[in-house]
Amino acid sequence: MSWTNHLPALVVAVPLFGAFGAPLVSLGGRVARNVWFLFFAAFSAFLSLLLWQHVVLSGTMVYVMGGSAWNIPLPSGMSLPVRILLEVDSFGALLALIGGICAFAGALFSLKFMEKFTGLDKYTALYLLLLSGMQGMVLTGDLFNLFVFIEIASVASFGLVVFWRDRPEAVEAGFKYMVVSTVGVMFILLAVAFLYGRYNVVNMAALGANLQYGLPEKVALIFLVVALAMKCGSVPMHMWTPDAYAEAPAAVTCLLVAVSQASLYALFRICFSVYGLSMGSSAVAWAIIVLGCLSMFVGVSMAVIQKEIKRLMAYHSVSQVGYILLGLGVGLLALGNPQEMNAYGMTAIKGGIYHLFNYAMYKPLLFLCAGALFYAAKSRNLNSLGGLARKMPYTTVLFLLAAAAIAGLPPFNGYVSKLLIYESSFAVHPILPVIAMVTSMLTLASFVKVFQTAFLGPEKEALSQVREVPQSMILGMGLLALVILGLSLFPSWSLDHLITPAAEALVDKASYVGAVLGGGF
Amino acid sequence: MIGNLPYIVVGLLFTYGLFAVIFERNLIKIAVGITVLESAVNLLLIVYGYRSGGNIPVFTLAGEGSSFVLPTPQALTLTAIVIGLATSALLLSIIMVLYRHYGTLDVREIRRLRG
Amino acid sequence: MRHMRPLSVIARVVCNAFAWFMVVFGSYVIIHGHLTPGGGFQGGAVVATALAFLVITHGGDFALPKLKKELFIGLEQAGLLIFICAGFAALGTTFFYNFLANSGGLFGASIPLGPNSGVLNSSGTIALMNMAVGFEVVGGLSLILYYMLHGILQNLGSEEMGKEETGHDR
Repeated sequence: MSWTNHLPALVVAVPLFGAFGAPLVSLGGRVARNVWFLFFAAFSAFLSLLLWQHVVLSGTMVYVMGGSAWNIPLPSGMSLPVRILLEVDSFGALLALIGGICAFAGALFSLKFMEKFTGLDKYTALYLLLLSGMQGMVLTGDLFNLFVFIEIASVASFGLVVFWRDRPEAVEAGFKYMVVSTVGVMFILLAVAFLYGRYNVVNMAALGANLQYGLPEKVALIFLVVALAMKCGSVPMHMWTPDAYAEAPAAVTCLLVAVSQASLYALFRICFSVYGLSMGSSAVAWAIIVLGCLSMFVGVSMAVIQKEIKRLMAYHSVSQVGYILLGLGVGLLALGNPQEMNAYGMTAIKGGIYHLFNYAMYKPLLFLCAGALFYAAKSRNLNSLGGLARKMPYTTVLFLLAAAAIAGLPPFNGYVSKLLIYESSFAVHPILPVIAMVTSMLTLASFVKVFQTAFLGPEKEALSQVREVPQSMILGMGLLALVILGLSLFPSWSLDHLITPAAEALVDKASYVGAVLGGGF
Repeated sequence: MIGNLPYIVVGLLFTYGLFAVIFERNLIKIAVGITVLESAVNLLLIVYGYRSGGNIPVFTLAGEGSSFVLPTPQALTLTAIVIGLATSALLLSIIMVLYRHYGTLDVREIRRLRG
Repeated sequence: MRHMRPLSVIARVVCNAFAWFMVVFGSYVIIHGHLTPGGGFQGGAVVATALAFLVITHGGDFALPKLKKELFIGLEQAGLLIFICAGFAALGTTFFYNFLANSGGLFGASIPLGPNSGVLNSSGTIALMNMAVGFEVVGGLSLILYYMLHGILQNLGSEEMGKEETGHDR
């Protein structure tokens, strides 16, 4: 069918339409707004699934916004792409799928979770706008368009983090997040300006074809790596992560985790497909590996001592991002050398991407479980929770599933991706898997502490009225749990069909550039 | 004839903005520092579009000139200005709500989330 | 209330003379966006400044109750929906394709080549989207100013909090 060629634009435009129409539809009452919200979240998830299927079967898709023909990417007479292009390969489509699933789960959860608050029409509009910005980040083929979508997603997330504006802590967290994020994004724009000034194009494929690695390109690469690592919460720039993830409503944190994965996508797209082999030395790869190790260790050390459940999980978020940075940094290190690539490079990249997928499934589930605890017990402090396993059986089982996955226990998906990262990083330097394994042990320790404190143990009197959370919240959490179980029970299928096309598309700079410039550049 | 002067101005503005965000204590001054930072980067984008002797890039108004300045960075800068406006409006509104909650505009007092 | 008092008589008279002129000038900048520098955002910002002008010179207590929030919300929604529907309507070719240019209908006149004084009816969906963005910016910026000015009045008269902020819980 020819409408499948419009899928990249539809995946970005359909949530945008939902966001623009939400205040109007909310005039029809609570039911109309909930139906609109759920319909658009579900429809976007379904469209991203169709897009992923189409890209894996038919190869990289290029879509011209506003051009006269979607299958001729070059305007006549010009040899450089001058239109806004959306370029979707398997890696981008995988991330769009992840975003769609997380958004649908969060939307199901927030139907009942947020129902006591006012201003929900704006919540719906901001949530769908955040989803649209995130899908735009991973599907675009153009550096300035990437900046615009990062800003759309960031400004929507600022509004959502301060949504509970009667809490002073939430507003303080939102302010800190805003200042750090805006300064970082200005650095991204500075880097885009440098690259535009040198080459007069902002299209990523055209830049990749023409890039020569001089001083302005090095400075632009440094700005881009630092700013995008800030957006995903890796260590020297992680100060906003605990505050913003803890003070946002739980469904919003679910989507914020997916947005941080989209900025990791942008980081690796720039390192592999725009810069690629023209980086002469391995300095950037080692810098990413060091950032990864620091994130892993500092994140989990700060997490063991926390008393508030969402802040603890946000510090774990910092440490899990470290795993992904380690895996993909090792892959970047091996990029220039085909024999090293065969030995450990592809394994590292596959491990990093698989860990990205796993992290984006179990971390939102953990945050949603913490939200369910907050909804039921009205408190986030571990000292006041206890013995909830009898009252909330579904939440207990889902929390157990997610905690086992994050700690890397063998049947679950966390184990597979961590094993791939341990194997490949051992070939670079023996101390890297040691740091990773210590982190894994400390992660297990802190989740044992949380599970024992919140769910096991004797009941407290203050919590005697606690009941299980409503059905729609369980459905939202159950969707993520289903994906985790699927990944755990069929690891080799998911490795071959989900992760390997994405890893190969990431490494193959020639096909990324050739899809736009028409081969032979 | 102007040489490197626009780039030096951009660098100075960017440094001033960055110093204001890092070292100032009043919340409003931090917001102003962010605005100066955005202006510096927008100026850099426009300066990259200049071609000496070029006319304005509007075809029906340009007259008899033979070369235009580039219009693409002007479009990029417009987008960046609008984004900067949205960020500043949200930042100032958050500062108003923070003042209502904490009663002070000193950033060293607003530290309830620690550790 | 010491703050937000009306300014002096000279300021009020000049404001009455010039505020509507700003609206007219802003509309000119919006409508001619495809021919002259300007367009949706710039013209919309000029029109929204007229609102700020009125409120500051006449004082918050006098001017703010006379502004209707629903007008601005309606303008903003109309602008957003026209914009996104113009994008979807072109989906026969590509998203956001300019299907009205050179077609002879609405906004469809063709432009003669060479320097001339410009044809207002041309350039298809660009002019339509310009006007949609103009409406949206007028509505949006006016709403931002309206809520901020309400916030100032609430901050200063903080013993009586407005009824719109209810329903949160800690």
